[in-house]
Amino acid sequence: MTTDTRPADQTQTLEAPAAADEGWRRRHLLDLDDFTVDELEQVMAATDTMKEVLSREVPRVPALRGTTVVTLFYENSTRTRTSFELAGKVLGADVINIAASGSSVAKGESLVDTVKTLQAVGADVLVMRHSRSGAPYLAARHANCSVINAGDGLHAHPTQALLDLYTMRSALGDVRGRKVVIVGDILHSRVARSNMWALTALGAEVVVCAPPTLLPAGLGTNTDLPPVRVETDLDRAVEGADVVMALRMQLERMHGGFVPGAREYSRRYQVNAERLARAKPGALVMHPGPMNEGVEISHEVAHGLQSRVEEQVTNGVAVRMAVLWLVTRTGARGGIRAASSRGAL
Amino acid sequence: MTGALVMSPADIRRAVTRIAHEIVEHNRGTEGLVLVGMRTRGVPLAERIARAIEEFEGEPVPTGSLDIGLYRDDLTERGPSVNIQPSELPDITGKRVVLVDDVLYTGRTVRAALDALADYGRPDAIELAVLVDRGHRELPIRADYVGKNIPTSQSDDVQVRLHEVDEEEYVRVAAGAGDALRRSRTGAAR
Repeated sequence: MTTDTRPADQTQTLEAPAAADEGWRRRHLLDLDDFTVDELEQVMAATDTMKEVLSREVPRVPALRGTTVVTLFYENSTRTRTSFELAGKVLGADVINIAASGSSVAKGESLVDTVKTLQAVGADVLVMRHSRSGAPYLAARHANCSVINAGDGLHAHPTQALLDLYTMRSALGDVRGRKVVIVGDILHSRVARSNMWALTALGAEVVVCAPPTLLPAGLGTNTDLPPVRVETDLDRAVEGADVVMALRMQLERMHGGFVPGAREYSRRYQVNAERLARAKPGALVMHPGPMNEGVEISHEVAHGLQSRVEEQVTNGVAVRMAVLWLVTRTGARGGIRAASSRGAL
Repeated sequence: MTGALVMSPADIRRAVTRIAHEIVEHNRGTEGLVLVGMRTRGVPLAERIARAIEEFEGEPVPTGSLDIGLYRDDLTERGPSVNIQPSELPDITGKRVVLVDDVLYTGRTVRAALDALADYGRPDAIELAVLVDRGHRELPIRADYVGKNIPTSQSDDVQVRLHEVDEEEYVRVAAGAGDALRRSRTGAAR
């Protein structure tokens, strides 16, 4: 598996980032690495509005009436797919879920064909998860509809980072100057990568912590990567932290020789009460889920007073509503409507 | 600052005061009254009307703010602007709601506001107060209280500025430029 997580396609700029005060110009949401502060603020502001909608007795608005959202998942997911589906439905969109498991569709050619087919039947927004880094970029280059990256390989998971950011800001106000510790398998984590871009863009002090085998080469020194601090000792890393985010330790990494074993890993890198006591009082505990309790996070911390894990899931729906709403402001459409707006009908 | 001045700060103040009196007179008091300002400039107008009513009736009137960004029917034609904010409404079920906006034009914003209000509760009645009615309705909607009727052509740009939002205060009409502005901006002057 490659550890170079910047897909080749990414070097081609698909669209210019929005200038301040010019509204939203992004048709696709692929990564946060080129997001401006203004764009992050726009997503956060729209999410506030979506939270208000979700708090109503009947959470439903007609904002995306007549819009078709297709979720195309080449990898398993419960919370991301469900929250995109719910987000679309609350906004009045029609949502179609497609689970594309199996390897024959994972090749470039057929991915493009799938995208074109879905677009031809009327998809306005394609929410896509794929095991290959950069797959959504390929889809976006061939699509008239909007493409939202719901996780691609080791590369990016922008909506997760946006909901993490929203959750942090709900509790802390601003993240500027706040110390955020991300601990776990940084090397294989698209969640960590997207979080690093968003948090550093907003001026947070980001410390990543992992065994040396699970750290990307050059992180902390390479200026093409987000400016974070690297620490291999968790006790030292969490000192004075405002946020401690644990990442899922995937069992296949244990067998891949990256760490000696689950017990050894949890002894040195588990977020537990003793380590949390070194962080700031009331520091937030976060986890993108699903959690391996007893491995990267202890049971008592995962469900303790400082845990924001459930709030992350709740905010996920509001953030995805905001993203769906924003990308559809640009007027990208699929199906017959796209053809007719081009004058073909 | 371009265009002919049609309302000065004093004109705006008098119009707000008159509307406040008309609302109370028509509703025979303040019982069950709720003022809901439509973002952006309807909100300070609703608050001004509420303050005026409290001054001469001695009764506070609940106010709220309504954002209709998620209810518009012209979203895809409106360009990329994405300025939405959470609505903040008191309980409106069983109340007499007066919607307040700065400019009444096509009526589409008001239609969207009626849809939005219905999602928050079932008022006994909904009325409409506007600072300026510029004509050119595209829907069967009319205002119950009007600060000033201003005949315009569709290409005119009606500029309402209120000091709470803009740090200046006037209503001006600029000839010609309106359509281009309408396409390029959030939803002002609708």
